[in-house]
Amino acid sequence: MIPSSPKNRRFFTGFLLHLHPRTVPSETLRYSLSWGLGGMAALLVSLLFLTGTLLLLTYQPSTDSAYASILILIREVRFGLWVRNIHHWSANLLVIVAVLHLLRVVLTGAFGPGRRLNWIIGLFLLFLLLSANFTGYLLPWDQLAYWAVTICTSMLGYIPIGGLWLQELFRGGAEIGPATLANFYVLHVVFIPGTLFILMLWHFWLIRLAGGLVQVEKNSPEDVSVLRVPTVPNLIVREAAVGLALMAIVLVISIVWNAPLLEQANSGMSPNPAKAPWYFLGFQELLLHLHPVFVVFVWPLLGIAALFYLPFWHDSSLPTGVWFGSDPGRKLVAWTAAVGALATLVIILIDNLLLHSGEAVAVNILITRGLLPTVLLIALLVGFYFLLVTKLKHTRAEAVMAGLVLMLVALTVCTIIGVWFRGPEMRLVWPWVQQSL
Amino acid sequence: MNSMNCSDMTGNETKIDRRRFLNRCWTLFGIAAVAEFGWLGLSFMNSRRERNRAFKTESIITAGPVEWFTPETVTAIPNGQFYLACLADGSLLALSRTCTHLGCSVPWDEEKRQFVCPCHGSTFNLIGEVLTAPAPRPLDTYPVRIENGIVKVNISTPQKRERFDKGQTARL
Ligand code: HEM
Ligand code: FES
Repeated sequence: MIPSSPKNRRFFTGFLLHLHPRTVPSETLRYSLSWGLGGMAALLVSLLFLTGTLLLLTYQPSTDSAYASILILIREVRFGLWVRNIHHWSANLLVIVAVLHLLRVVLTGAFGPGRRLNWIIGLFLLFLLLSANFTGYLLPWDQLAYWAVTICTSMLGYIPIGGLWLQELFRGGAEIGPATLANFYVLHVVFIPGTLFILMLWHFWLIRLAGGLVQVEKNSPEDVSVLRVPTVPNLIVREAAVGLALMAIVLVISIVWNAPLLEQANSGMSPNPAKAPWYFLGFQELLLHLHPVFVVFVWPLLGIAALFYLPFWHDSSLPTGVWFGSDPGRKLVAWTAAVGALATLVIILIDNLLLHSGEAVAVNILITRGLLPTVLLIALLVGFYFLLVTKLKHTRAEAVMAGLVLMLVALTVCTIIGVWFRGPEMRLVWPWVQQSL
Repeated sequence: MNSMNCSDMTGNETKIDRRRFLNRCWTLFGIAAVAEFGWLGLSFMNSRRERNRAFKTESIITAGPVEWFTPETVTAIPNGQFYLACLADGSLLALSRTCTHLGCSVPWDEEKRQFVCPCHGSTFNLIGEVLTAPAPRPLDTYPVRIENGIVKVNISTPQKRERFDKGQTARL
């Protein structure tokens, strides 16, 4: 039994080849094409399945014992703390990696014809992994968990017509209690991982179907026979390098930083400030400025509809395989990002002054803090689009890319403010002041 | 071969018809199965709605004798998870401590004489009216009764309201 005897090797590579084609275009191996972000996401998901299975062995899903079972896990179970930390950091990194992956798909023109369905599946994957993160957040039943879930399930209540019904469905009643924990537990350990797994396989298969990753379009038909190299070892060693390096990083992070755990949930006292998990803090920032119906319903609906529709809009995807499409495209993105970040910051600061200067409770808040900003935003985006396309002679795809970058930058700025610059009662403070509190 | 090709069209057609018919049946069965399981799951989940209620102790809370509550004060009644606000004229108002914005628990700030929500900074005055957004409506109330000088509050369902009116309070 020599491990690397040809027969063994074929057995092993045979399995890998079920996920990969036998050969891949050598061009798509270039690290700077994909940054290996999708592979990183896949690795993080594997780590989550692994550590999650271990955690299941000690966790008790009832409101009386959940918190205590976490304490036992981190204090008494050997490596329990580490396993919990790995699960925590993998989950949080996954959100970042998946968003960067989405960005790379946008910036290399990888959602056009032939890849439309995979973009849609990618959106579902994003939704699922956010849901997984969020349902997992409740399970420790500490103060952080309890109040984040209170806020987020209350948000559901603002959805017109079906909102209250949805809220009661998720909470398993009018209030948060044992039924809520049971719901979230089942979602977190059965429903979401199961769906995620199936969709991931589908996602991978569709990449194969599209003939691999995006490539620069060839001028002459002869060029189609681009250089193809065997998957094993060319792709496999690269995947292993990225995967193992990332795994090492996650393990080290998990030794150095512990996943947070506050006191046991107390339905009588909200911590001050009570913040949502970081990936929802962009929304929480919007909640400070806009009417809740618009933050939890109208805006997400518009955003999701736009993302789903995007690949079906003719010519909305950049030339394939070239970052930013072209040199002007690269400059456009840089400018958009810089101006977008600055503008978001300025708007937040100005509105913060407005909020605290007597404007207090306008009667028609639904209009002033709902309809009006929505119309303004849409007008801004449409104006921006026509400016780029007609005046500055950018292509539609470049304008679309700029729009997406603009939205993402705005959301990022909101998130950063929410994480580091919001103190007690959600007032704006400097991070170092917050630390000393 | 030949005979197969020119075999009577009708036979072929009935074959296709039969196949189409059966395919429709299977589709129908499939849809029925999905609908059944969907219905089953939803009913299952709906029936658990009341489970969280068991949490709550009693629906009628005895807050104490009227004399305990002096005008212009707010008293927390922890076992009922609400506040008793005593207005200037001595009438009593039972305020839910759940913020009407997104459900955080609102503490009374004695210094500012306001309820200040820790989550998104909504503030409410002594009778629960909104002073600063984002809260969209005043704090919910509970019906208060005064029986033989004892204040009793029914906390089974919070009453939503758009504005304050005297009917929400109770007086001796
Ligand atoms: C659980 C989350 C996800 C996993 C594990 C995952 C995994 C992968 C992998 C391994 C690839 C191969 C290329 C690469 O490594 O970049 C890929 C490509 C792709 N992904 Fe994802 N992905 C996820 C989420 C998403 C999201 C959120 C989107 C966008 C909405 C998306 C859209 C795409 C598209 C369109 C491709 C094809 C790109 C091309 O042909 O160049 N994926 N994904
Ligand atoms: S929950 Fe009170 S202000 Fe948002």
